[in-house]
Amino acid sequence: MRKILIANRGEIALRIIKTCHEMGIETIAIYSDADKEMPFVKAATKAVYVGEPPVNKSYLQADKILEIAKSEKVDAIHPGYGFLSENAKFAEQAIKEGIIFIGPKSKTIELMGDKIVSRKTMEKAGVPVVPGSSLGLKTVEEACKLADEIGYPIMLKASGGGGGIGMVMCENEQALIRSYDSTKSRAMAYFGSEDVFIEKYIAESRHVEIQVFGDQTGNIVHLFERDCSIQRRHQKVVEESPSPFLSDEVRNKMFETAVKAARAVDYVNAGTIEFIVDEKENFYFLEMNTRLQVEHPVTEMITGLDLVKWQILVARGETLPLMQNEINSSGNAIEFRLYAEDPVRFLPSPGKITTLNWNQTESVRIDSGYEEGGTVTPFYDPMIAKCIFHGETRHAALASAENFFKNLQIEGIKTNAPLFLNILANKDFQNGSYTTAFLTKKLVK
Amino acid sequence: MKEITASMAGTVLNVFVSAGDQVNAGQEVLMLESMKMEIPIESESAGTIQELKVNIGDFVNEGDVLIVLE
Repeated sequence: MRKILIANRGEIALRIIKTCHEMGIETIAIYSDADKEMPFVKAATKAVYVGEPPVNKSYLQADKILEIAKSEKVDAIHPGYGFLSENAKFAEQAIKEGIIFIGPKSKTIELMGDKIVSRKTMEKAGVPVVPGSSLGLKTVEEACKLADEIGYPIMLKASGGGGGIGMVMCENEQALIRSYDSTKSRAMAYFGSEDVFIEKYIAESRHVEIQVFGDQTGNIVHLFERDCSIQRRHQKVVEESPSPFLSDEVRNKMFETAVKAARAVDYVNAGTIEFIVDEKENFYFLEMNTRLQVEHPVTEMITGLDLVKWQILVARGETLPLMQNEINSSGNAIEFRLYAEDPVRFLPSPGKITTLNWNQTESVRIDSGYEEGGTVTPFYDPMIAKCIFHGETRHAALASAENFFKNLQIEGIKTNAPLFLNILANKDFQNGSYTTAFLTKKLVK
Repeated sequence: MKEITASMAGTVLNVFVSAGDQVNAGQEVLMLESMKMEIPIESESAGTIQELKVNIGDFVNEGDVLIVLE
């Protein structure tokens, strides 16, 4: 593999470029009008213009991106996360053109992208799923009948959904009736499918995911868990490993289950099995992300591995560099997603970053998409950077984080850095006793 | 005459009202999408919709007039 096109932008494009260059692989970046001055454009071996700022005219232009890949004669495409990373058709088209898609097989992406089909596949493989519908719902009456059987509150979800979009919690039948049509039409608008289903809403839950990796010869390993319970609007803000809540017994059971789930679909490359865990440590399959996760650095910090490198090795047909008994976890790692947003109301705050001074006194890994003087535009995700801390103990990692965010200077845009200091000062967070309700219930009054 | 303006730059995702509709203060009249987030725009005062200045899919800047009220 001599040349890879990165079908993404911002920090993840930069992250992938770094590993490629370390491996002696050339990189082709693509960029929209809004991203011309971004660091990833300058870092790539070559950057090619892809289109106007809106995503459907740039980073979602599958045909155009494949054209660029062909004319640049790349060997492979790395999709990053978001955008086309879980688009089975794009993966298939790339392969048809003789270009390696760095990710799982397109039929695995398709299977896991349909939340109803993936629930059924997991149930069959003996993986526990949240009580709910095993088929798409046809009518609101059918939804109400099933919700009655399961018991309220329930979550109404789009089968094609993900990333927190297209799901709504319903406390009772009136709420379900009220949300049914709008969720269906939103599902159609966002995901091109109006299939919806319902699942029992699990209160006081935690969101724990297991990183898995498979190669083309059938080896599958897990790379431990990440606890991603600190969320707003069903989107992650802080992730850590190990989970401060899980017992070793349940943790090991989750690893086994995740590997079983990956094996059930002959999984190849990097993937993540997301579980919801209730108060009593019962865990249920939520979904599988068939790509590199935003929060993969947490796993890299505790294992000392480079997951992008592993992705490239597996994509070019090599076996996994390490087998399960050779993979170890050391210390605690925690990641904070720095967003250009109002820290109280969580509304986005685009604009020019006039000052960006990390004031690095602590040992911290910063995966940033921006530099001082850069502009955060309204077209894309508001994440500016990920700040990841590692310590011998959880206490040490949290102390580093607190020092770092106290000294961080960002001007020109609002960020959620003040929120991190509130989280870090919270006793429950310090004790590791938090659920997905933490941000909305505990910190926002 | 009153104007409803965009509270931030973004794309018009949905328009919930038509010309001639009566709206109340605080009613959601339009949905913007900015940075992968849905931002509801409310009418600050009651009135009748005189003119829609934008269509679904339009990109607007902060402060742009979206809707004119009578």
